[in-house]
Amino acid sequence: MSTQYKRIRCVVNGKSVERMVDVRASLTDLLRNDFRLTSVKKGCEVGECGACNVIIDGECFNSCLYLAAWADGKEIRTLEGLLGPGGELSDIQQAFIDEAAIQCGFCTPGFIMTAVEILESGRAYTDEELRKLLSGHLCRCTGYENILRAVKKTMMKRLEASRGQGGAV
Amino acid sequence: MYDIKALYEAQSVADAVRLRLEHPQAQIIAGGTDVLVQMREGKRAGAELISIYGLDELRGVSLDGEENIRIGSLTSFSHITKDPVIQRYINVLGEAVDQVGGPQIRNAGTIGGNTCNGVTSADSASTLFAWDAVIELTGSQGVRRLPIQDFYLSAGKVDLRPDELQTAILIPRDSYESCFGHYIKYAMRNAMDIATTGCSVNVVLSGDRRTIRRARIAYGVAGPIPMRCPSAEAAAKGKPLTDGTVEAFAAAVLEDIRPRDSWRASKAFREHIAVELARRCLREACELAGGAME
Ligand code: FES
Ligand code: FES
Repeated sequence: MSTQYKRIRCVVNGKSVERMVDVRASLTDLLRNDFRLTSVKKGCEVGECGACNVIIDGECFNSCLYLAAWADGKEIRTLEGLLGPGGELSDIQQAFIDEAAIQCGFCTPGFIMTAVEILESGRAYTDEELRKLLSGHLCRCTGYENILRAVKKTMMKRLEASRGQGGAV
Repeated sequence: MYDIKALYEAQSVADAVRLRLEHPQAQIIAGGTDVLVQMREGKRAGAELISIYGLDELRGVSLDGEENIRIGSLTSFSHITKDPVIQRYINVLGEAVDQVGGPQIRNAGTIGGNTCNGVTSADSASTLFAWDAVIELTGSQGVRRLPIQDFYLSAGKVDLRPDELQTAILIPRDSYESCFGHYIKYAMRNAMDIATTGCSVNVVLSGDRRTIRRARIAYGVAGPIPMRCPSAEAAAKGKPLTDGTVEAFAAAVLEDIRPRDSWRASKAFREHIAVELARRCLREACELAGGAME
């Protein structure tokens, strides 16, 4: 049987793109192979570890359990999209380094994209809530405490900053 | 790459019905959190898929003309939990589906997919059973509605005809009115796991909040399919809010359920858990309804 393709248009890290995708491809395949966005990791590939996590239309999804064909019309963000124009790290990435929340780094992009969704909600969360929000990720190295601390610290800083600007908290 | 032979993407509900008839051997895929995992495991290798994921008209929660709660079958677990209609009238459903998998899975997984699997461990099922949910199925002959008890035929099998797809789940008005419920999932390991036993109880109290006007209870995994416990419900109906009523209700559960021995848990252990869950859920539901135990 010949391979079935579908033309999709979507926005990846702010850029409009168009591709012919193999309908058998997962979104992980599409992002890694077609766009070289290798922050998107292939871990378990069955939705258990969160290493492949990306943001689609503002919500986190494990891209290993998402058909590339479904990306049509969607806005997708990966870790690469967080970098500043000169390749500067974002605050949450820097916090992971400062708090030693990263060792081998395999789980890190997935965790950070979940952290981005958490931070962009603009809300303050308790430690217990943060643990639950981060529970869709496995890390074999750090023991999670440092990761929690990095997310919490960035959350505090951003809330502080928006308060400083008179923003609603 | 998934081992997919062909992918048919439905453009509308009518189109999905047509695709079902055209490709009887194809599997429906909604959020993909179960079907795609099964494909990875090789269980559905080489399958043809009918994707309904793009049908946005099947997303969202609303009140219909008769004020029944209408949950589109493709509504994700996280959207159910966050929905104001759910929070106001059947908050326990939002709490129950908030215990499915992890956060990313709850963004992808759909309530329709969860019920169409016919898996008793489905976190949503016991609450939907306990609230007399009605399943809406759309096929070539039109729409058919049936109580969720009739939708589940046997373990892993639901009453979905070859031309049909599930389009909504309804909670009738007389089911949710003045009703308060609580769900407890008992599992060896929380989250990222299928429920070992889920228990959902809801009550309507009398005007003075001293008597249980109606109590309903359902379990997932207590039997081959999710099930209600008529003996327990009868034991609480019309009874005062006392410890004695709670005990009678919890004890009566054993007249209804048939737990089995499995590598996950023994029969004796499951029975013990079932009684304890019934007790705690009833107490909590009564408290949510504003009743004080005497
Ligand atoms: S690779 Fe997707 S969840 Fe593990
Ligand atoms: S840093 Fe190695 S898996 Fe998390």
